[in-house]
Amino acid sequence: MKPFTYERAESAAGAAKAAETPGARFLAGGTNLLDLMKLEIERPTHLIDVGRLPLSQVEETADGGLRIGAVVSNSAAAADRRVRTLYPLLSHALLAGASAQLRNKATIGGNLLQRTRCAYFYDAAKPCNKRAPGAGCSALGGDARGNAILGASQHCVATHPSDMAVALSALEATVETVTPAGAARTLGIDDVHRLPGETPHIETNLEPGELVTAVVLPPPPEGRQEYRKVRDRASYAGGLFSLALAGNRMALGSVALKPWRAAKSEAALAAGASHAEAAEAELADARPLGRNQFKLTLARRVMVAALEGTPVR
Amino acid sequence: MDSPLREAPVVAFEITVNGAPRQVAVDVRTTLLDLLREHLGLPGTKKGCDHGQCGACTVLVGGRRINSCLSLAVMHEGESVTTIEGVGLPGNLHPLQAAFLERDAFQCGYCTPGQICSALGMLEEVSRGEPSQATEDLGATTIALTDEEIRERMSGNICRCSAYPQILEAIRDVAGATA
Repeated sequence: MKPFTYERAESAAGAAKAAETPGARFLAGGTNLLDLMKLEIERPTHLIDVGRLPLSQVEETADGGLRIGAVVSNSAAAADRRVRTLYPLLSHALLAGASAQLRNKATIGGNLLQRTRCAYFYDAAKPCNKRAPGAGCSALGGDARGNAILGASQHCVATHPSDMAVALSALEATVETVTPAGAARTLGIDDVHRLPGETPHIETNLEPGELVTAVVLPPPPEGRQEYRKVRDRASYAGGLFSLALAGNRMALGSVALKPWRAAKSEAALAAGASHAEAAEAELADARPLGRNQFKLTLARRVMVAALEGTPVR
Repeated sequence: MDSPLREAPVVAFEITVNGAPRQVAVDVRTTLLDLLREHLGLPGTKKGCDHGQCGACTVLVGGRRINSCLSLAVMHEGESVTTIEGVGLPGNLHPLQAAFLERDAFQCGYCTPGQICSALGMLEEVSRGEPSQATEDLGATTIALTDEEIRERMSGNICRCSAYPQILEAIRDVAGATA
């Protein structure tokens, strides 16, 4: 780990202000950032510990939704009675991620902003446009088994690793932030993360130093909520494909560098398409990379099974 | 950007470990794991992968299990940490430690302190009614600790010797005795 200075933030606005310091990063649970710092993929020169900010409550909003503070742990959010009752999709998605130890430490804000697990992003001996813009993408032409099939570019084919964010997309959550200038902002969940394009090192639409303060869930949609995740092991493994269903809304995980709202499938269903046709509507845009060709078949099957309501086991 | 700092600052703070308040002054980069092992003379907590993947470094902070390798010590200023040395020592073993011996729930033993701390945290989580991926009914207020639940909840602890069946039995013995 490279040397850095450390401060514990006293307020969200103070943390965002302090984050204007070049080389500064927010530290909350630390489960992703410290891992990457050990590998010297992340090299912050200043850490602002936001873990003790008063953003650790789950509270009801006036319109019948929930506001989950950014430093609520993944475990606490998943176990919250209101989340379990009104948004079982979110509990299921959170519990499908990482291990119990990691979920106890990892926060909601950190889960949202965690970085890709692309093997080439983690391999400092190989070029990666996320680590070093312009260096090239090693996953293209490499082992891209886990990589993206939607929304990728010739510069980056990584996926976003969060299960939670896929659920949030289907639930049409919003994300509250505070900017270094002290302004409060609200972004739709689908506007937080960026597709790689020509600048895969710019991963979100947050300003430098902008701090996530909460995730807000609108009242739950009518209808069934479900999260399905397919992976190499039954537990404690990243997804190969996942799907969040919330009423007539659907989002896909492990297919792109952001949680992928399946708007074309939703539109097809609304127009009376069959489940298979609805899946195809979204997947017609997919561009597999050889080794991840299977994701297309997997996606099609899981989408149809989820829409049919076929039991998982 | 690369660090302009040549040396990392030293941070001084108090942390309670196994019930005793300790004053420490360490390089800010020191993980909780390294603080315990290298500075406080508590080598029971093990360093396996050092990247949060194996669970050998599991300790309890404020009663909750975490990977001590993925936490800076300074993040835990003022908090209370329990390591395997605080769970029980020879002659005064915790029932779970005794159950691991009885069931022969290890071979090399390197993962065992993490397994035991993790299982203690897990049993607390279950007693609070917290769900897991294996929980059929999210609305349930009490969790039936089935074998599937134990396996799912312990998936963050890897055993290279693959003593999983015996680890499951040891945990089941203690969970059954206290349920």
